[in-house]
Amino acid sequence: MAATAITTQLAAPQRSLRNRVELFAKEAKYEVLKNIRIPIYAASTIVFPLMFYVLFGIVLRPNNPVNRSEDATYLLATMGTFGVMGASLFGFAVSLAMERGQGWLQLKRASPMPLAAYFTAKLVSAMLLSGAIALALLAIGYTFAHVRLAPARAAELVGILVMAAIPFGAMGLALGYIAKPNSAPAVVNLIYLPLSFCSGLWIPIFLLPKFLREVARALPPFHISQLALRAVGMSRDAYSVSTHMEALAGFTLLFLGLAVVLYRRDEGQLYG
Amino acid sequence: MSAATASIPYAVSPALNVAQTRCLTKTYGSVTALRNVEMELREGELLALLGPNGAGKTTLVRMLLGLASPDSGRVTVFGADPREEAMRYRVGAMLQVARVPETLKVREHIDLFSSYYPNPLPVAEILRIAGLEELKDRRFGELSGGQRQRVLFAISICGDPDLLFLDEPTVGLDVEARRLMWTQIRALVARGKTVLLTTHYLNEADALADRILVLQHGSIVAEGTPAEIKARAIGRQVRFSSQLPIEEIRGIAGVLSVRADRQKYELQVQAAEPVVRELLKRDSWLSDLEVTSAGLEEAFLALTQNHNSNGSN
Repeated sequence: MAATAITTQLAAPQRSLRNRVELFAKEAKYEVLKNIRIPIYAASTIVFPLMFYVLFGIVLRPNNPVNRSEDATYLLATMGTFGVMGASLFGFAVSLAMERGQGWLQLKRASPMPLAAYFTAKLVSAMLLSGAIALALLAIGYTFAHVRLAPARAAELVGILVMAAIPFGAMGLALGYIAKPNSAPAVVNLIYLPLSFCSGLWIPIFLLPKFLREVARALPPFHISQLALRAVGMSRDAYSVSTHMEALAGFTLLFLGLAVVLYRRDEGQLYG
Repeated sequence: MSAATASIPYAVSPALNVAQTRCLTKTYGSVTALRNVEMELREGELLALLGPNGAGKTTLVRMLLGLASPDSGRVTVFGADPREEAMRYRVGAMLQVARVPETLKVREHIDLFSSYYPNPLPVAEILRIAGLEELKDRRFGELSGGQRQRVLFAISICGDPDLLFLDEPTVGLDVEARRLMWTQIRALVARGKTVLLTTHYLNEADALADRILVLQHGSIVAEGTPAEIKARAIGRQVRFSSQLPIEEIRGIAGVLSVRADRQKYELQVQAAEPVVRELLKRDSWLSDLEVTSAGLEEAFLALTQNHNSNGSN
């Protein structure tokens, strides 16, 4: 049997579409299982944005019910963007840097696993987490802050926040190839927090100084939050939807390109 | 085609080399990890790559797996470049992983890796081979060191590969766990698999391997059967010319092996002095006497120390 095997021409077996789908689904399933079983992971990515939302949207607000519900609605979009950015950055950058640096990704790459399945799984995981964050924020807003969004608008908000995993995930991917396993959480926080502030996620963008507003245009979270604000009908922005979409598509391609370059540089290095 | 090639001995049929390297060199920055490495892995054998830490064992395995590219030289596995995807379906790897996702259960890890292969072994069989039946519902993080190694071993056989790379499969294991791993590795070879194993334990290579390559500072410094390597590891080489018959020389206490070319002899001995004394007593006309070390001291200093500290069994 083995003698035949050696003289056989090497050819990768063709996977049927069904096998491919099953493979991708399994990779995603276990990525999600792996993550949600780490309590600190779910806690830091879901609980923090919810906590900030409760703090800034409900606790620290004046008692005027009209303003309160408006502010809470505004913060749904910006804190939602903040939350899904964290989920994607940590889900991609930190887990990729760890799995690269600790040899796990290398073991997977020695198997016939398609690399696309690995990254798709991380994307699915980030999207599910993003969806959970968006729904939890909405639930809090409806219950405690008199948020009254039409179901269609709420659905649009959730949709935008879930899709935000694509540009943020691409960003996390590039960061995951830049950062070393031990420094990855620090690197992500170093980027995450200033980026959130400068994009108007903490203080509304129209209250930021002019030069910061200029800077924000070059930042992906700004464009996501503006789309989210449009969804809840609270956008004051001068750009069209397509401008934001084009900017986000550009960022995504830029980060993916950077990730590919860094991945190539990785080849042959000690890291897998 | 297979019937025709199968009857040809290895020496004249390079096709039966499952893997080989030619003039393989790899540097990382200023460190030369591998220097002109030439090796073959023959079908159905267990080849042990023996050497101290930092000798280049893992680098060689990475290149054979297509995970790193050579600076110069050539690597072929199943006659192709190992960086090609096709090879990965026929190869299994047990690598040194600093951290495996700890929240997945044993059977989940196996289920996932099995899904990468078109014809995986049944999960139940993988669990049986790796001795993990009782542990299948445990999370990886709850396992002991030996159990973790068994999971990595199980992952390497998911796809029922023809060729296995086991990079230090028993590192950090206690004697009992190491024995168990040895039994599992032997069972693979008995099933006709080709195995390349790296280790820094001479006794492990001795217990498992058909052939041993000794790697030191990125170069292969010795190659042979376990008996030959052991003899070189612990002793001296004595060369001389003598009229004595080979049987008589074999009979001298302390002689590990004898190689003869007409009247020229080359002995592997444990200690040179008593053997030389005995030889001179029996043949006072003995000439061209030369005693050398086996040339592997540096490589084996570490090896024999490990060997001893692990009780040598």
